[in-house]
Amino acid sequence: MATVYVNDTPVDIGDEKLNCVQAAEKAGILIPHYCYHPALSVVASCRMCLVEVGDKKPDGTVAMQPKVVPGCQTPVKDGTVIITRSPKAKDAQERTLESLLLNHPLDCPVCDKAGECSLQDYSFGYGKAESRMNDEKKTPPNKPDIGANINLFTDRCIMCSRCVRFTREIAGTAELHITHRGDHAEIDVFPGDPLDNKLSTNVVDLCPVGALASKDFLYTQRVWNLKTVDSVCPGCSTGCSIHVDGNKGVVYRLRPRVNPKAQGHFMCDEGRLGYHYANSAERLREPIVRGPHGWSPVGHREAVQRTQTGFNEYSLRSITGVWGVLSPFMTVEEAYLLASWIRDFGKEARLVMGPVPVDGQDDHYPKDRRGNEIPGASKFTIRSEKCPNRKGVEAILEHFSGSVVSFDAFLAALQKGQVKAAILAGGYVPTGKGHWFPAEAVPHLDQVPFLVVHEIFKSPLSEKAHVVFPAASWAEKEGTYINHNGLAQAIHWISTPPGESRTDGQAYLDLLGRTGLMRAQQLRKEIGEKIPSLIQLSTGHLGSSGVLPGEVPPAQAPKQKIPVH
Amino acid sequence: MAYEPVLLARVGKADSTSIEGYRRDGGYETLARALKDMTGEQVTEVVKGAGLRGRGGAGFPTGLKWTFLPKGHPGPIYLCVNVDESEPCTFNNRVLVEKDPHQVLEGIILACYAFKATTAYFYIRYEYGTGMRAMQNAIDEAYAAGFLGKNILGSGYHLDVFVHRGAGAYICGEETGLIESLEGKRAWPRIKPPFPAIEGAFRKPTIVNNPETLANVVQILKRGADWFKSIGVPPDPKNPRDAGSYGPKLYCISGHVNNPGVVELPLGVTVRQLINEHGGGVWKGKKAKGCIPGGNSMGLMTEAEFDTPLDFNGPGRVGCLGLGTGAVTVFDEDTSIVDVLYNLCRFFQHESCGQCTPCREGTGWMFKIMKRFQAGQGRREDLAVLEEVADKIGIMPGTTICGLADGAGWPVKTAIRKFRQEFEKYIQDGTASKSKPLPMAAH
Repeated sequence: MATVYVNDTPVDIGDEKLNCVQAAEKAGILIPHYCYHPALSVVASCRMCLVEVGDKKPDGTVAMQPKVVPGCQTPVKDGTVIITRSPKAKDAQERTLESLLLNHPLDCPVCDKAGECSLQDYSFGYGKAESRMNDEKKTPPNKPDIGANINLFTDRCIMCSRCVRFTREIAGTAELHITHRGDHAEIDVFPGDPLDNKLSTNVVDLCPVGALASKDFLYTQRVWNLKTVDSVCPGCSTGCSIHVDGNKGVVYRLRPRVNPKAQGHFMCDEGRLGYHYANSAERLREPIVRGPHGWSPVGHREAVQRTQTGFNEYSLRSITGVWGVLSPFMTVEEAYLLASWIRDFGKEARLVMGPVPVDGQDDHYPKDRRGNEIPGASKFTIRSEKCPNRKGVEAILEHFSGSVVSFDAFLAALQKGQVKAAILAGGYVPTGKGHWFPAEAVPHLDQVPFLVVHEIFKSPLSEKAHVVFPAASWAEKEGTYINHNGLAQAIHWISTPPGESRTDGQAYLDLLGRTGLMRAQQLRKEIGEKIPSLIQLSTGHLGSSGVLPGEVPPAQAPKQKIPVH
Repeated sequence: MAYEPVLLARVGKADSTSIEGYRRDGGYETLARALKDMTGEQVTEVVKGAGLRGRGGAGFPTGLKWTFLPKGHPGPIYLCVNVDESEPCTFNNRVLVEKDPHQVLEGIILACYAFKATTAYFYIRYEYGTGMRAMQNAIDEAYAAGFLGKNILGSGYHLDVFVHRGAGAYICGEETGLIESLEGKRAWPRIKPPFPAIEGAFRKPTIVNNPETLANVVQILKRGADWFKSIGVPPDPKNPRDAGSYGPKLYCISGHVNNPGVVELPLGVTVRQLINEHGGGVWKGKKAKGCIPGGNSMGLMTEAEFDTPLDFNGPGRVGCLGLGTGAVTVFDEDTSIVDVLYNLCRFFQHESCGQCTPCREGTGWMFKIMKRFQAGQGRREDLAVLEEVADKIGIMPGTTICGLADGAGWPVKTAIRKFRQEFEKYIQDGTASKSKPLPMAAH
């Protein structure tokens, strides 16, 4: 057992190899820092984390080192004494901040980062109120074309080099570098080689100031107006933990949330920019039914009743003609509710897995400079399976049907005209590469006497349906996703489904005839208790980092933790 | 008694650069003897016993540095020869390398033999084209004569020496900056520890030495440690941490003197002796106002302090950073200190690598203030700011990774402390300086 004293507070660090910044964080004390980032190499160049360090001898005396040391680069051991706010350390921190602000334009009123900027926060917490600089600031020109998704406000940069290290150590593509020397140094790219890797926008999160900005988010919102929920990216089966930032029912940006069990510190651009469909004005806004005189909008209740009536009728005629097609975009809870409803018609009612979208190969990072994969060095993976919850839905299907029947079985039955009543759960995220339902099978849908679909947008599939439920996007529902590794993570809603629509889970709950509102926590508990393979859901809580198979789930909801930059 | 030069003994001879000339003067005999009769450890012991301190600036004991290498390391171990002589007004190594490259090369081979390095990199700054060609030629000759390559003189010891040409940055003279540059990266000094002796070039144990130090190694092995210790200044008995300043030193004299150049003298000569006896006195019959005693980063010395001995301790006693490179730059009584400081600040602002915030911004800030001063717009508060910034940047207060910032701060604070009246007069009169700085290469 090793004990470190941070500002006189003893902290037990066990066997961990920590630096001063990490040890202080354990004691709940923030040592301000810019260039240090837990996922990147230590350069100790910003000199913000200067602290005084000493050694507590067995006889109780403390020998302090004569000079301040960078906390990020100084390892701690048993008996290390860290003093973060001694006059010497305070003076060094003030001086560093004064230096950083010498050439910083202080254009906070027009800066995107204002409100979540470390330079603002630390200047307030550790800086001086006024600058003694009496000369002109240097104003290097901005570089709006540094990357397709990234804009560089060169003058705001404080040269922490986090972005440069990210492109070298995590992406591996090394587009960014530092040009020039001294106080005329700048971040730049080589001509004709912009910052366009698939992880590029992470540099915006890494940037402690407003120098690197995401073009997608630029000038859309002031960050203090945003509401943030913890969620999971639905883009691929990696299931990156994310923050969803939204305001008044509109999603404005996604940011990675640190979760060593899921993806680590980062997320890919595809996932990050993949939320726009949720804000689309083209989305289906109310349930519609097809009558003898064409389409007409109906209320949610009527749509549910029609669906129930239709399925009841056809289940009596031919129970094997009743099909439920689950999608890998559903949450575990939705899959459970829909499967329960279909199973209620009888053992012969068919449950199948919808198509699992796969795009190419798993994409591992870091790459080498030429963009080739480096075997065995993966720090981040963009998975080819472009859906968040195949594993979760499969677990449900296995429970209800004993095995996972593939979508081909449904297509075969469709071709033979054996499908009498079917419900197709959607929630498929539009990819721009055609609709998820195979185009050649669409004409066969005409032979289905009763077809219910859940779709986000109007589609060839919804054209053929008898009842169309508007599906909720992932930003509008709560539930559980299980990633490629079996990690069960909770998603939360930031906005409500558009118009008259309800969440998919609510629709299935209503179909089942269960009263009340869809509450993921209760259902999770129910599922965890009923289905042995999903025992990790049994307390209803998944914590902020999720629960792996075999792990004991937390008994309570996670406490809100104030993030440290 | 006049001192007889040893290191520069061959400089000025007609064939000082050729291997034949060097061997005629007894060159490589020391090497042959050492390879035959001594082990590497014995060579290290002799150098350590002689009390040789590095001539690059910091004055770290050379033999001690060699013993920091991990014992029994399977190799490779590297030697980097630091000829990135970028301290302005310093040109002692240039003379050695251009005029007597074989002496340096013999020192390289002896040093490598001492600590079992099998590869040496001769890192020479881009501007030293002549030196680079002279050394490359010397290396080629030494390979042909069997002093380099496989199985040197039948001893079973191998050594390869490569010349690496820098691209011109002051910071490449910092040992870890040099290593980074050698590896093909930006010359950003590394965080220490680990020191290069543990993890240096290509993450292997590395020793970085100066050519003058290596030339001294040859002379120590040739003439013995006792000879070496008979020259220079013994340790101060009152200071237990003083390792003494033994041996000859190449002093550079430049600036406002009649006779600038390099002279070899025992350590401990005073500035006044150097100027009057070896530099031909201050030019144009004027008096000196002051000098920079050992390269820009050592700070300023006033005329009244000229009796300071230039050994490893002397300049420190009058507020300078240290001996530095032993390059004395004299300025006469008509020189404006504001202009001197402007120029020094301009240099450090241009050469700060930009890694650590205090140095990057501090050097820039000091230069901006000096620019204003020069334009006649200095303010009294500026002096306090300058002094404070200069005091608080550097590896000594712990705010930067390397010593460049200490070197940038030292001239500023010594100038203001020693020539305060002149700055105040500038502020009072509001006069702009009439002298124009030389144009600098565009960055």
